[in-house]
Amino acid sequence: MMMLSRTAAQLYWMSRYMERAENLARLLDVTHSLSLLPQSRGGADIAAALATTGALDACRARHPALAASDVLHFMTFDAANPASIISCLKYARENAHAVRGKITGEMWESINASWLEARQMASEGRPLAGFFDWVKERSHLFRGTTYGTIQRNDAFSFIRLGTFLERADNTARLIDVKSHLIGHELDDSAADFYLWGALLRSLGAFEAYHELYRDTLSARRVAELLILRPDVPRSLRACVDEIAELLPRIQGDTGHRAKRLAATLHAELSYDQIDNILAGGLHSYLAQFLSQIHALGDAVHGAYLEAA
Amino acid sequence: MHALTLPEAHHYDEMLLASGGIRPHYRDFAHWLHSQSPQTLARKRAEADLMFHRVGITFAVYGDDSGAERLIPFDSVPRIIPASDWQTLEAGMRQRVTALNAFLHDIYHEQHIVQAGIIPAEQVFSNSQYQPAMQGLDLPHRIYAHITGVDVIRHNDGNFYVLEDNLRVPSGVSYMLENRKMMMRLFPELFASHAVAPVQHYPTLLLNTLRHASLAENPTVVVLTPGHHNSAYFEHAFLAQQMGVELVEGQDLFVKHNRVYMRTTAGHKQVDVIYRRIDDAFLDPLAFRADSMLGVPGLLSVYRSGGVILANAIGTGVADDKSIYPYVPDMIRFYLSEEPLLQNVPTWMCRRPKELEHVLANLAELVVKEVHGAGGYGMLIGPAASSAEIEDFRQRILADPANYIAQPTLCLSSCPTFVEAGIAPRHIDLRPFVLSGREISMVAGGLTRVALKEGSLVVNSSQGGGTKDTWILED
Repeated sequence: MMMLSRTAAQLYWMSRYMERAENLARLLDVTHSLSLLPQSRGGADIAAALATTGALDACRARHPALAASDVLHFMTFDAANPASIISCLKYARENAHAVRGKITGEMWESINASWLEARQMASEGRPLAGFFDWVKERSHLFRGTTYGTIQRNDAFSFIRLGTFLERADNTARLIDVKSHLIGHELDDSAADFYLWGALLRSLGAFEAYHELYRDTLSARRVAELLILRPDVPRSLRACVDEIAELLPRIQGDTGHRAKRLAATLHAELSYDQIDNILAGGLHSYLAQFLSQIHALGDAVHGAYLEAA
Repeated sequence: MHALTLPEAHHYDEMLLASGGIRPHYRDFAHWLHSQSPQTLARKRAEADLMFHRVGITFAVYGDDSGAERLIPFDSVPRIIPASDWQTLEAGMRQRVTALNAFLHDIYHEQHIVQAGIIPAEQVFSNSQYQPAMQGLDLPHRIYAHITGVDVIRHNDGNFYVLEDNLRVPSGVSYMLENRKMMMRLFPELFASHAVAPVQHYPTLLLNTLRHASLAENPTVVVLTPGHHNSAYFEHAFLAQQMGVELVEGQDLFVKHNRVYMRTTAGHKQVDVIYRRIDDAFLDPLAFRADSMLGVPGLLSVYRSGGVILANAIGTGVADDKSIYPYVPDMIRFYLSEEPLLQNVPTWMCRRPKELEHVLANLAELVVKEVHGAGGYGMLIGPAASSAEIEDFRQRILADPANYIAQPTLCLSSCPTFVEAGIAPRHIDLRPFVLSGREISMVAGGLTRVALKEGSLVVNSSQGGGTKDTWILED
């Protein structure tokens, strides 16, 4: 069944913002615990993590000293910051509100309750550690409710597209932040161990790493896991697998460019090897990947979400 | 037990007599109420509040700067109407809506009713709601008002009176449906002990009505909303979902080759029937308000050539205007050769010098309304107003008498309602919804609005009114 372009756009952005909130919580949670380590530079380390979100300049303008607590507040409860978690939850909820006729009552209730509770927590100045877990749980709940209740139609496809385009973007940015460390084998320093561990944990892939490699943390293996493994749900490969599968399922004879870009990206990730990627430089690989993902997002917009 | 406040002797309460006696159709309910602890009921009310909040049944209040969405208070004491009362109401509303549709067809065609001298020409043709663009346009089945909300009250004489007709974009039906859902969820046992007529098939009746409005084979129906900032957006989305049709905004539609299309993920799709929840003035910036971003450029021209159906039709406002309201009983006699089954509230038209004189002399006893006003704004309730407010209103009337009508202060019936100090009588009205399609259809029920402030007669949600589930008992 066809659907309105505007509706598709709102479903897509609803899930993108929910996914973004979750990824931010993951990033900040791990960064926050790292900032408590003795060798940490506190707020500056947290600010470095913000580089991935593009919010660093805005944060510096508001809080020039980059004190840890200020930076964290800016990225969580500051409603004036459009990149904060609370803003993401608000946008997710606004989009859901606009399409509440197209999502199930349970989905709407979950997303609306998340927003109402987050607003309440912000006004109470709730401690952050619990907040990050809460955001992840709300995102899990929303995803579970979506999987468990919505029809498998185009609405579902656009919701999933939003999730995986956002997640691919986030994973790539996260790896990129650490990429200056990758390329040389991991030394045994405790600091590096915690950095890699933090990256894996922030992507929920710490257990997967140990199960798949049964070995100590190495930069090469971490990169392989997060870029090329199809069985790790937040890897670039896993995200692109989903996108390439979703696009042809959408009804109608449009979106050729989007489908072609997705298929190309899918082929590249499926048949690439980590040594090949590292040889060309991880940072430039990720920059290339991000520009491809953005081109794909634009193509999806042009074909389905703002059809003239 | 419950602190139950009795109604005053000169009031009509739907459940209680001033002596403490209980009307027969409320006996089972009263018995049940008596057996419930106040704590249980308080918990149920909290549960209802939470559910409504979660479901997001909220509405925006105009003029509230915070732009906040507010919950319309829901009261869990049902308004119960016996079958015999409903039969009178239903027959009266069918008759009334049939006459109103006949009137609209007539004034946009031959204007027999004007020629017969029953309604003065200027009352119709210089009315701002009269749309010259509709003149001579033939609509399928001659239906103008596919959906009508008729506001009815019970006076302290025990009789029902029609307060006003709503033929433009009447709202509130989603609350009727959600209130029923809530009551069944909170108190399933009450539905086992009462034969309450179902209302949940309203969306099916509505979809049938909208489909029938078009002559197309298998018409595509959409609901057109101004968007989610509109106070009734919840209802627009709710009805679209319940009917399984698209909820569109103006930007989703466009006109090409004298047809209306919507933009979809699979290309363009033709639209045959638009259930529009946008006022006439905003429908088409090329024909009406040029600054409207809500409408569809070129829509009127497609409509006029029969390429799309609008429900309700353009220009229905001329029939529900307060200046036309006093003539509705005459319309019924003129078009149907029947006597009205439902009474109008006696109305003085300030445009008539004699009636103006009477109104000005009795302002303290009367309710005065602007003829084009709605939502409880711009009205004077004489008995509740200060003398300064009355003087102020007198000047406003004198400045433009034709803009006002006056009615006796009706004593709206009351219904027991949860208030801070227990359960007390609060004034209520009733808005049933009448669908004009292949035939006239209604669900047995409507939206009961309740004025939550003690003694208040203003039930509008924008003025602090709440709602109740409405039970029509089956025989």
